Amino acid sequence: MTTTLPTVRGAASPAPPRRPRRGGSGPLRRALATHAYAWILAAPVVIVTTVIIGIPFARGLYLSLTNATEATVGRTIGMNEIPATYTFVGADNYLAILSGETGAFWPRLAWTLVWTVVCIGAHYGLGLGLALLLNRPLRGRAAYRVAMVLPWAVPPFVTAFTWRFLFNQDYGVFNAALRGVGLPAVAWLNDPLTAKIAVICVNVWVGVPFMMLALLGGLQSIPAEHYEAARVDGASAWQRFVHITLPGLRPVSAPVVLLGTIWTFNQFPVIYLVTGGGPGDSTELLVTYAYRMAFEGIRDYSGSAAYGMLILLLLVAMAVVYQRALRRGGTAW
Amino acid sequence: MRPMPTAAAALGLALALSACGANPEGAAAPGAGSGEITFWDTSDATTEAHVFRGLIEDFEAAHPDITVHYENVPFDDAQEKFKTAAQAGTGAPDVMRADVGWVAELAALGYLAPLDDTPALQEPEDFLPTPLSSTRHAGATYAVPQVTDSLALLYNKDLLAQAGHEEPPATMEELKQVALDVNDTTDATGLYLNAADGFFLLPHYYAHGGNLLDVEKQEITVNDAAGVAALEEVLDLIDSGAAADPALTDTYATMQTAFKDGDVAMIFNGPWSLGEIRSGDAFSDEADNLGVAPLPAGPEGRGGPTGGHDYAVYAGSGELDASYAFIRFMASADSQATITKELGLLPTRASVYEREEVASHPTVRDFEPVIDTAHPGMWIPEGGTLFQPFTQQLPAAVSGQATAQEALDAVAADYRAALGWD
Repeated sequence: MTTTLPTVRGAASPAPPRRPRRGGSGPLRRALATHAYAWILAAPVVIVTTVIIGIPFARGLYLSLTNATEATVGRTIGMNEIPATYTFVGADNYLAILSGETGAFWPRLAWTLVWTVVCIGAHYGLGLGLALLLNRPLRGRAAYRVAMVLPWAVPPFVTAFTWRFLFNQDYGVFNAALRGVGLPAVAWLNDPLTAKIAVICVNVWVGVPFMMLALLGGLQSIPAEHYEAARVDGASAWQRFVHITLPGLRPVSAPVVLLGTIWTFNQFPVIYLVTGGGPGDSTELLVTYAYRMAFEGIRDYSGSAAYGMLILLLLVAMAVVYQRALRRGGTAW
Repeated sequence: MRPMPTAAAALGLALALSACGANPEGAAAPGAGSGEITFWDTSDATTEAHVFRGLIEDFEAAHPDITVHYENVPFDDAQEKFKTAAQAGTGAPDVMRADVGWVAELAALGYLAPLDDTPALQEPEDFLPTPLSSTRHAGATYAVPQVTDSLALLYNKDLLAQAGHEEPPATMEELKQVALDVNDTTDATGLYLNAADGFFLLPHYYAHGGNLLDVEKQEITVNDAAGVAALEEVLDLIDSGAAADPALTDTYATMQTAFKDGDVAMIFNGPWSLGEIRSGDAFSDEADNLGVAPLPAGPEGRGGPTGGHDYAVYAGSGELDASYAFIRFMASADSQATITKELGLLPTRASVYEREEVASHPTVRDFEPVIDTAHPGMWIPEGGTLFQPFTQQLPAAVSGQATAQEALDAVAADYRAALGWD
């Protein structure tokens, strides 16, 4: 038997030359042509993002590398002409901040981290507890939910002023209560430690509702069958919580914890309005200090820009590490 | 009670008309300009603003070609708001009521129009020298004084009488003794010091012959011997119990409440606070329970800081002539007399104090000796930031974690960084 090799016709004959596209053919061109419709749809967002984020960011980065202050940037106002006298100073601002020469960066970073970790821990713990309570059938559940969300709906400055008054050492409610039961009053906002506790209390009060709502949504998305099956298998309440509820909440927890971390790290109104960073500067966060540099007295544009860039870098680094850790654990959002 | 706006306006109009007759230069001066100008007023919107609005109506009646847009801007926000608008080049008012401490900074940054040899600065020799000094920067005049004030010793006559003192204390030593006597004989505390605010500590500095800075020599004096003695005096008043343990947050409001309610017998405060104090339980029944005395003297003298407000013109204003005319009118002797009569704010012109209706005003009577001993402020561009380091460094001293010397050395270090002086 002889075997006949199959003839491969196509291989032998040369491929017909492609018709050249009109107007040349770069890969970019092709991509644009293929996705033109998508590009047109996305254009407004791209442009707006560039304008409202990209340009200020680039300007901030540039300012952080100069010694520009309100007194050295040039301007002409009516009969007054002031020439620009600021210069490019490279990394001087960053070095001054990181070496501790200006702005007490490291102790402030340490307190900012303590503040963020404690607040987020309390937000998550209390939020989860309340969400679990509200997730069971009970009478007037809607009313409870509305009540629990209220702190989030109150404007932050109202919250801050109210709490500041509650903590007042002579006329505040907390000290009135302490005196009422025969205990000595506490000068809450005079001592660094009690002041820190006070601002953390305020921020926990402000932040728990959001966490609770998000986790409640997460709880309701966990299929009831999982719990039923577990109960049939004889799992205890704790086992059900650890093996069904917590993993089931993960897709919700991961982003809200990251969001909460960023918000808390940059929580301006609570600190600024409750203690003003005091007593001394013991409750001052990185952001409230950056604000001081930018807006108190003769405005220090370059210093506050450098401070802001460092805050941004910290948050970006944190977000990247967090996301990586979650990916390794098998869940990313 | 607040006077009816129409009554105030009618009164103001009558005064303005009489001013036209008496002083033709005062109102419709030639070349006064025309157009629309915006005025940022930082006075209290509920208790003071109506008087300024009334004056503006009078001004508009005398200058039919000029329209004034009145905006009441909260005092705490006004400086930031003005700087942001001036820097951006849009939204700044033509004329602003600026705190005396803001003028040098705003002028140094190029935001204000110089007023020398303009119609705005009428009879400059009539102004009291201390308020006038706040309007000068680098040899030019950038504002016109509106009102002046300083700190006085305010006391609860009843409580002092109960403690056996008919007269207020005249020296810092007597202050401590009277306060301790009040503690012993009444339920109230003798004294409340606003220890969180450097402005309120200046009376102790002046009593010891010190000051925060020597502007002429460009030296930082906040932590010299006089400064340390001043702060030690404050700490001694608190530690001895003569003064209440101060709240370091909301200090001013807490002090005011304590005094108004009769929980405290003596505080240091200025004429701007009298309206609020008289509304309090301890003073509303009998108006004469509130005593006003000059600040207690120390070994080197007495006196408080100079506060108050000036009128300033935005350099980028498109209506400079109208702005000058407006300030000329608002800072005139007649307008100042109206403001004093209606509100008890202290005038800045020497001639106004000679007027019968002004001289007999109770606040003027009480505060005139106080103004006479007031010290000029440190009118430098960085003047607005001089009290912030106190707010940061003093709590440690008040709570006993740092000595007076240590706390003031820290303030001096902050000054060195901010001013670049030795």
